[in-house]
Amino acid sequence: MSGRDVLNLNVTSDAAELPNVRDEIRAWTREHGWGDNQIADIVLAIDEALSNVIRHGYNGEAGHKIDFVARALHDPIEGEGIEVAIRDYGKQVPPDRICGRDLNDLRPGGLGVHIIRSVMASAKYSHAPGGGMQLVMRKYQQPNTDTYDRQIGKP
Amino acid sequence: MSEEGHNLDVRAQRESDATILYLSGEIDLRTSPQLRGTFLELIDEKPNRIILDLSGVSYVDSSGVGTIVELKRRTMRYKSEVVLVGLQTRVRSLFEITRLDKFFTITNTIDEAREA
Repeated sequence: MSGRDVLNLNVTSDAAELPNVRDEIRAWTREHGWGDNQIADIVLAIDEALSNVIRHGYNGEAGHKIDFVARALHDPIEGEGIEVAIRDYGKQVPPDRICGRDLNDLRPGGLGVHIIRSVMASAKYSHAPGGGMQLVMRKYQQPNTDTYDRQIGKP
Repeated sequence: MSEEGHNLDVRAQRESDATILYLSGEIDLRTSPQLRGTFLELIDEKPNRIILDLSGVSYVDSSGVGTIVELKRRTMRYKSEVVLVGLQTRVRSLFEITRLDKFFTITNTIDEAREA
């Protein structure tokens, strides 16, 4: 593994910032040896998490602060990985109420959390100290863990 | 990627039995309102079939698929077909993860979409 082990980004609750965040994550994960499909998973999960903060935490209002830290993991058991912590200062909701919706319905909305949980190894929401919500997500560079293969049931 | 690559371009082609929308760029929280506006204008015309050529779309998030789902729901009221064409691997994967692929006709080419 090479490159900076911690990536701090200054992010605010503005959807116009999302493309640049995605570019930063792509570049940083590539530096750390992630494959294309896993990079796409990580980028998607982060985009969904930030979109949720903008839409729900801050009710779509631009200009509010979001703390973003990505960190390379070197776990003796799980191997190389990434941990992403996203903290806002907006509305608090009970963490156990943050869950995906029934996927048998044809309706927009409510898909972000399902996507995050599908593409990451773990995703844990909690109340941040002093207000707002915190999400910590992890993913590891294990073989055969690409989302696409998992979703369509390939071994 | 250039700033231009992050934008969403939409070009419409109206045929007797269908309207084809050629989309290129990215569909996310920033660009999905633009797409929704295009869809709402199109719905007013009540085309028999709406073909979304997504072959030029490199990135879609849940707000993007949500916008397409909203189009599908609105057009179901007047029995119009929405057909998705040319999904890149990652875009198709998102429809599969969210299990929305079962609600849509998805084809590889526009000719197939006209007949689907």
